[in-house]
Amino acid sequence: MSETILEISELCTRFNDAVVHDHVNLDVLRGEVFAIAGASGCGKSTLLREIILLQKSSSGSIRVFGKELVGLDDEGALLFRKRWGMMFERGALFSSLNVLENVGLPLREHTGLSGGLIDEIASIKIALAGLPPTARFKYPDELSGGMRKRAALARALALDPELLFLDEPTAGLDPLSASGFDELVLHLKHTLDLTMVIVTHDLDLLWHVADRVAFLGDGHVLGVGTMNELSKSGHPLIREYFYGPRGRAAWEQSWKQK
Amino acid sequence: MNFAKIEIVDAEIRLKGKWSLAGLSDFERELAKLSFAGILRIDAHGIESMDTAGAWLFHRTFQNMALEIEGLRPEHVALIEMVSALGVAERAMPEPRDFLERLGLAGWTGLAQVYAMLSFIGEASVAMGRSAANPARVRWKPIWHNLQHAGFDALPIAGLLSFLMGVVIAYQGAEQLTRYGASIFVVNLVGLSMLRELGPLLTAIIIAGRSGSAFTAQIGTMKVTEEIDAMRTIGISPMDQLVLPKIVALLIALPLLTVYADIMGVLGGMMMASFNLGVNYTDFIDRFGSSIKVSAFLVGIGKAPVFAAIIAVVGCFQGFQVSGGADSVGRQTTKSVVQSIFIVIVADAVFSIIFSLVDL
Repeated sequence: MSETILEISELCTRFNDAVVHDHVNLDVLRGEVFAIAGASGCGKSTLLREIILLQKSSSGSIRVFGKELVGLDDEGALLFRKRWGMMFERGALFSSLNVLENVGLPLREHTGLSGGLIDEIASIKIALAGLPPTARFKYPDELSGGMRKRAALARALALDPELLFLDEPTAGLDPLSASGFDELVLHLKHTLDLTMVIVTHDLDLLWHVADRVAFLGDGHVLGVGTMNELSKSGHPLIREYFYGPRGRAAWEQSWKQK
Repeated sequence: MNFAKIEIVDAEIRLKGKWSLAGLSDFERELAKLSFAGILRIDAHGIESMDTAGAWLFHRTFQNMALEIEGLRPEHVALIEMVSALGVAERAMPEPRDFLERLGLAGWTGLAQVYAMLSFIGEASVAMGRSAANPARVRWKPIWHNLQHAGFDALPIAGLLSFLMGVVIAYQGAEQLTRYGASIFVVNLVGLSMLRELGPLLTAIIIAGRSGSAFTAQIGTMKVTEEIDAMRTIGISPMDQLVLPKIVALLIALPLLTVYADIMGVLGGMMMASFNLGVNYTDFIDRFGSSIKVSAFLVGIGKAPVFAAIIAVVGCFQGFQVSGGADSVGRQTTKSVVQSIFIVIVADAVFSIIFSLVDL
C-alpha cells in the first residue's frame, strides 16, 4: 500500500530571475489523495504542469511509476500520458466536440476498440462523473461550469488512469456543487483505486478529502502531512492560511462532523 | 503483457489475463467472432486484473446469458456491478432532422443573418452619427493603431502584388497588340485596367484577407473570453471602442492603399512595356497623360471607401457572431473573408453598371 508512485526530488524552477521552486521534495504514495496547497502564485500549478510534462523544470528529478520523467522525448512521454489523466482548471474541453466525443477521444486515439464500445465506455465515464445521460450530446458551451468540470473529469478518466491530476477541481463552483465534487472524488478513490494529486486552495476539499497535504510557499515545501498535523504547524504562512477567518470556519465544520 | 484471453472447453468458458484497456482491442474482435451456444459455466479464476473498460466488456458480453460464474474476485464483481449500473447501452442520439426541416432551418438562419447584419449596420451608422456630432467621443488611439496595422503594414504586399499585376497585363497584352502594330496602346490597356478596376479590387481583396479576418478573429476571441461583456459592464460601448475605429481606419487607409497600388501597377506595366514592346518610359508617360482621363482614376478611387466599409462592417459583424469556443472563431473568420470578398466583387459589378449608365 505504501509504494511511492510519484517522487519529486530537489526540483528547482526559475523564470529569468524569479525563483518559483527552490529544492522541492515530495513523495506521493499509491492509493492516496494528495493535495498541494498554498497561496496564489506559489507555484502549485507550475509544479503540476512540470509533473505532467507540459513545462520543463530548471533542475531536479521527477519520478513517476518508478521511472524518471526529466529529459524524456515525446515517445517516452506518451507511455506516461496514457497512464495518467489530467483535469484542467477550466475544463479545456474541445469546443468542436460534444461531451461523448470529448470523453471518447483518448480512447479513439490510443485503442483499437470499435466505435460502439468506445461510446459505451465513454458513457460509463460520463455517468461515473455524475452527469445525466442527456448531457452526452451537448457541446461544452451548452454546459454549466459545474457540468463542464464533471465532463473534464470524465475525459481525464477515459483511459482508466492509475494516477489522476486535478487542477483546482472546485474553483468557481457553488458550495453545493463543490461538496458534490468532494463526494465524487472520494467515491472515485474507493471504486477505482485511484491515486489523486489535487492542486487546490479549497479548504473544505483539503479537510474532507485529502489524505495528505503539502503546503507550498516561498518556493519551498513548508509542510507535509495530514490536515491535523499541518494545522499544528508553527510556520507563520501556514498558520495564517489555516487560522484566517475562512480557514477557521472550515476547520470548525470539519470538527463538528467528526 | 498478459492480455485478456478466452478459451472454450466443452460447456465452459475459461477467462484469463488482464482485462484492462491496453490489450482489449484485439480481444474485442476475437469475442465478436465467438458463439456461446451451449455454454453453461464461466470459470473466471484466471482473470488477473480488471478496469472499467474490461468490466464493461465482461458485462456486455455475458449479461444476457444465464450462466453460472465462478472464481470472479469480489472486487471485480463490485466493479462489474458498478459499471453495469452506470452503463447506457443504447445510443440515445437526438433524432436526425429530415430534409424539409433542414431546408427550413437553413433558410431561417440565412434570413436571421441578413436581419442581424442590417441591424448591425444600423447600429454602426447611429454610433458613427453620434461620434460625428460629438467629436470628443471619437477614440483616436485605436484609429491610429488600426491605421498602422491595416494600412501601413499592408503597403509591401499591396505594392508587390499590384506591380506584378501590371507586369502580367502588359505581358499578356503585348502579343495581341504587336500583331496589329499597336504597341503603344499598352498604355491604355495598363492604365485603364489598373486605375479603374484592378487597383481598387486587388487592394480590397488583399485587405479583406489580411485585415477583415484579423477583425473577426480579434472580436470573436474577445467575445469568447467575455472581454466584450466586461467592456459593456465598465460602460465602454464595443461599437465605439472596437467597430468605429476599424471602419474609420479602413475608410482612410483603403483609398490611400489603392492610390499606391495604382502607381505600382502602372510602374509594373511601364517596365514590361519598355522591356517587351519597346515602348520607352518617355513615350509611355507622354501617352499616359494624353489618353487616360482623370475620371478613370477618380472612378477607381471612388470605389475604395465603399469596399472599405464593406470589409470593416462584415469583419466586425462576423466577430460579434462568434459564440462558444475556438471552433466558432475559425468558422466565423472563414465566413468573414468569403462574404467580404463576395460582396466587394458584387459591389464592383454594380459600380460598373452605374458608371456605364452615366457614361463615365
